[in-house]
Amino acid sequence: MAVATLEGDAGPDVDRTSLKTKLRRAERVNRARSFSLVAPLLLFVLAVFALPIGLMLLRSVENTEVRDSLPKTMAALGEWDGKATPGEGVFAAFAEDLVQTQKDRTTALVGKRINYEVPGARSRFLKAGRLIDAGGGGPWKEKLIAADAEWGAVEFWAIMKRAGNTLTPYYLLTSLDLRQDASGAVVRNFADYSIFVDIFIRTIWISLLVTLATLVLGYPVAHLLAILPPRHANVLMILVLLPFTTSILVRTTAWIVLLQSNGVINDILLALHLTTERVQLIFNRFGTVLSMTHIQLPFTILPIYSVMKSIPASHLRAARSLGAGPLTAFVTVYMPQTLPGVGAGCLLTFILSLGYYITPALVGGPQDQMVSYFVALYTNREMNWGQASALGGILLLITLVLYAVFNRLVGIDKVKLG
Amino acid sequence: MQMKSLTMTLSALALSASCGAASAADSLTITSWGGAYQTSQDEAYFKPYTAKTGAKITQEEYNGEAARIRAMVESGNTTWDAVDVDAATAQQGCDEGFLTPIDYSKFGGEEAFVKGSTFECGIPTIIYSTIYAYDADKIKDGPTTIGDLFDTKKWPGKRSLQKTPFGNLEFALMADGVPADKVYETLKTKEGVDRAFKKLDTIKSDIVWWEAGAQPPQLLASGEVVMATAWNGRIFNANKVDKKNFKIVWDGQLLDYDLWAVPKGVKDLDAVYKFIEFASSPEAQAEQTKYISYGPALLAATPHISPDILKDLPTAPENAKTALANDPVFWGDNKEELLKRFNTWIAQ
Repeated sequence: MAVATLEGDAGPDVDRTSLKTKLRRAERVNRARSFSLVAPLLLFVLAVFALPIGLMLLRSVENTEVRDSLPKTMAALGEWDGKATPGEGVFAAFAEDLVQTQKDRTTALVGKRINYEVPGARSRFLKAGRLIDAGGGGPWKEKLIAADAEWGAVEFWAIMKRAGNTLTPYYLLTSLDLRQDASGAVVRNFADYSIFVDIFIRTIWISLLVTLATLVLGYPVAHLLAILPPRHANVLMILVLLPFTTSILVRTTAWIVLLQSNGVINDILLALHLTTERVQLIFNRFGTVLSMTHIQLPFTILPIYSVMKSIPASHLRAARSLGAGPLTAFVTVYMPQTLPGVGAGCLLTFILSLGYYITPALVGGPQDQMVSYFVALYTNREMNWGQASALGGILLLITLVLYAVFNRLVGIDKVKLG
Repeated sequence: MQMKSLTMTLSALALSASCGAASAADSLTITSWGGAYQTSQDEAYFKPYTAKTGAKITQEEYNGEAARIRAMVESGNTTWDAVDVDAATAQQGCDEGFLTPIDYSKFGGEEAFVKGSTFECGIPTIIYSTIYAYDADKIKDGPTTIGDLFDTKKWPGKRSLQKTPFGNLEFALMADGVPADKVYETLKTKEGVDRAFKKLDTIKSDIVWWEAGAQPPQLLASGEVVMATAWNGRIFNANKVDKKNFKIVWDGQLLDYDLWAVPKGVKDLDAVYKFIEFASSPEAQAEQTKYISYGPALLAATPHISPDILKDLPTAPENAKTALANDPVFWGDNKEELLKRFNTWIAQ
């Protein structure tokens, strides 16, 4: 826009045009030079941040197991109308594919993929593989159905056909407690498998609790830091920053020592006769929120402090001199000015809390595990990487949406991080 | 696509391995379950093997996550030469192609080992048992049956169970009155699984879940729980090393195997076999029982074990009266569903 107006203004004036061109040329060199300075960082970010996240997100829709392992079956199923059990042609193609998967040892992997949608399919595939290994010819339709009647189910083959697509909504739907029925319509998932919506709500709820707790505890500390004379403020600052120098694992383990049934806190409570029996402080929501709050406190305090530091003390004095009481002056003059810091601190803590893994895993019970726990579970234990990345992707999306809402309501440009 | 490139990487690796076999440095990376168990392996296998052959052994630890083996194999960079796996993983690794089939002729054939313990992709090393234990210093006249584990009226307080369906479903059914030899038959039906979960429901709010084998003795020692299921060797070790007075309840114990498995794509298979051969010698297996009370899987090792150690092994006749042997085929076929159901159940 600006350039166009300039050129329009320049019009017939040749000198100005050439000057502008020269300037632009000179700037281009400068720009190239400065870009070459940031290029390594840009490449680094792309290579180790953007690319892996992109690849991870891809996994949540990627669906190559069946397509790659059962190509002949999928080709044969292409002409199937989905009304009755497929004919011998499909079964013969399937048997041919199984010969190869048995050789490659991929039968179980295909079975596992189908098993996500059809319980029991993995063992059915393994049995079919053994049948193939045993040798002998067809007709395979009769043979397989005789081994397990489920091979004749129309719904089963409909799901097989759908599983042959290169992309699948399966993992994302499951993460939202939904599933596709045999006809492809999206319906609610079986109650036995529907946990994820609850877990997302739980994750957001715990993060909110932690954010609120850090704000209530951190705001007065930040204020104290801002008004104390530097000599004392520095000591206090060191205390605030000290936890940063300790590993998160150590801090969490310290909480286990303190909170356990035979731990220090329970001993003290009993000795003071505040309780008659030991209180359960750990492996529940209380322990989780408490230790997460402890870990997140500096993240909330520091942005608030930096904003408070920049508020001139004269504002409060002016309010008082105009007749406001100490509380009115604080609430109407001081507090609104700290809002950008409060916003930044809370946003930072909230977003960091959404991704907590190790702390809930150590001091929480099974009902306190957040989304990250399930990402780890599906990655390490169940080896269902599609599910793990779908959960991660949705968490990322939730974070971005919350960020956008925050930006809309508060304005991210008003936020000061330090 | 991925599979194809994987096979190519593997064959390339195999080729380079066969070329470089002679020059391969004698160093192995061996992964096991950490804690007292890995210490016993260190004393009985790793240190003596290094002393004997000069081969350097690097140890790593894991909690039985098969995914770590698979990820390593898929990325074409196998850094673990041998892994101590449970039976279900040995079965799964073979089915899904991330473990190497074992050439049993190098180890005296399958008949050299306890019957039923040998797997296509794993050589059995120990027989261990999942039992439950309590601190006899804290409870006098403690629990004696598997039913007591679920009896919160008679034995109030928290219990610690392993965070996996494996074992817990069997215990629940046995506590509910199913005889050991009918457990897997019952679990094969939907009603049977429902029954097991219903029984677990009765103590759900009293459970502290453990994931690493070293946790149950700690939870018992700190008094956080009154009873804990555990691998029997860990309890034995806590009594022996930390001078605890934990008592094992052998009723309804679940016997299982640990096996040596070799991930696909290891650089020098012969060197790995050489180590496993050493670890499968009667002397080495008998030596291990001095450090942890797991039964040797090698038949020839038993005569080398002293009687006062034998009585603590899960396979001792006194202890094995009501034992249930793990059914790896059942778990191979049903692991997926049961894990899914268990994880949903636990999170609700």
